Amino acid sequence: MSPRILPFIMVLAAMAMVPLVSTSPFYVNLTSQVAIAAIGALGLNVLVGHAGLNSLGFAVFPGLTAYLVAWLSTVGGFDPVPAALLAIGGTLAASMLFALVALRTTGLGFVMITMALCQIVWGAAYRWTSVTGGDNGLSGVPRPGGAVLPLERPEWFLWLCLCVLALALLQLGRFFDSPLGVALRGTRDQPRRMSAVGYDVWRIRFVAWMLAAGWGAAAGLLYAWYHQFVSPHMMAVTASAEVLLMVVAGGAGTLAGPLIGAALVVLLKNLASIWIDRWMMLLGVTFVVIVLLMPDGIVPGLGRLTAWLRRFRPAPAPALVPRERTDG
Amino acid sequence: MAEPALHIAGLSKQFGGLPAVSDVSLAIMPGERHLLLGPNGAGKTTLFNLICGDLAPTLGSIRLFGAELVGLPPRKRTAFGLARTYQILTLFPHETICRNVMLALNGLKAGKWGTWRAFEANRALRAEAMAILDRVRLADLADRPVSQTAYGDRRRLEIAMALALSPRVLLLDEPLAGLSRDERVTVQDLLANLPPDVTVVLIEHDMDVALAFAERITLLHHGRVVATGSRAEIAADPRTREVYLGA
Repeated sequence: MSPRILPFIMVLAAMAMVPLVSTSPFYVNLTSQVAIAAIGALGLNVLVGHAGLNSLGFAVFPGLTAYLVAWLSTVGGFDPVPAALLAIGGTLAASMLFALVALRTTGLGFVMITMALCQIVWGAAYRWTSVTGGDNGLSGVPRPGGAVLPLERPEWFLWLCLCVLALALLQLGRFFDSPLGVALRGTRDQPRRMSAVGYDVWRIRFVAWMLAAGWGAAAGLLYAWYHQFVSPHMMAVTASAEVLLMVVAGGAGTLAGPLIGAALVVLLKNLASIWIDRWMMLLGVTFVVIVLLMPDGIVPGLGRLTAWLRRFRPAPAPALVPRERTDG
Repeated sequence: MAEPALHIAGLSKQFGGLPAVSDVSLAIMPGERHLLLGPNGAGKTTLFNLICGDLAPTLGSIRLFGAELVGLPPRKRTAFGLARTYQILTLFPHETICRNVMLALNGLKAGKWGTWRAFEANRALRAEAMAILDRVRLADLADRPVSQTAYGDRRRLEIAMALALSPRVLLLDEPLAGLSRDERVTVQDLLANLPPDVTVVLIEHDMDVALAFAERITLLHHGRVVATGSRAEIAADPRTREVYLGA
């Protein structure tokens, strides 16, 4: 195991210990929210950071899963676990169809088409009142669990979220270093060369799309179980934009970036709103500062800062510190 | 008579009303070194783009060892043994030189779909890439990111990317463009040492190198074949002078 994973283990362990330190469930729940947002942001980062496909409709993946699991486990009468499996399967099936439309484009076209796809599903959730509850959404979504795994308790639910987050970090960390991960960044930088040396650019992008959909679905499932309630707002354009903000602020193309971006957005949103009413303004100012000081995000920005500081150390530093776009 | 390696028949490409390539027919035999000659805008690069599949022809057929290429995506043509270099460098700037070649090598291998084992851990692939880098004299720079290399090194990497595909037919689009005198000699040696069974089609404006290399020459002008023949025939043809110097 490389020393690179040590910081991740430490952060996850620190998050897992929040319930042991804090007596109030507020901070435990806040940590769960960070974990859920991070899983989603990690999924979007596959598209934005590694495929070079900027999506403004990412919320469609978590949204579909959340609505499916909510409907299946309330109206549909399924137990939570089969409902969850069906919801994820349904989301992946729908995502394959979406891919046929979305992956015809890149660049600005991709931004618009992903936003439109998300708006269609949002519209269905908002207007198809008899099934989705319209603006009221669906409530009373049961969490799974029982005596062995009491997921209704905040600390146990947090630990579940952290397990899924650890799995996401492991899978994506391996993926980004794998032949297909390298090839995916190849299709981002030189799609023409990639097809000239024998790669199927469309299929590589399709895999990236499905990975994003899969982790988005995982985040949506946890979101529905966490709030035990779903509403169309989770698929609004602002929800998609928020995930994109997490990825971009943290550092697109890095493994740690989405995690840091998710923590930043969720904490600002929840903590700052206690102290000031205009927390949105604070969020805006924070992003302006990030964009001005570290235009490629916090993680690459800090990487450059440490490389710069290292130059002042008397010890012989490596001659070349490559400016890394990725963590791997 | 043996089957041509590359057989182009009646190939045309119109961009709107503008004919870029008009009714081009060429038969290039296996192992031949063929030079495409012509002033800027003669349609040489467009012809390459049609052969490798970046552009679809308006009319005509392109056969590689008898197999029709028109209608196939570029990656399938590559699988038939076609490789090309680009006039404008088309490399992966964030990767090292070695990983660029590894990526090209992997394009025709099933291992490219791996999602778990590290790309870097594939020692066999790395060894293969190093062997190719040795041929283009880049082995000592293998672990340097492309963004930190000199232009001349990138030109040679551009050729290495095509060699990685072990092509039967190799299309070289101005491999000497922008190189210094010393670098030209390196690339010239490299071209001279290509396996004799590889068919090479070259676009090049450096006449000393191009004429030393090519056995047969096709002269293109305004997207049409003006003349095709041996080195001596084309050099003696009055139309060559006319096309290049203007009548």
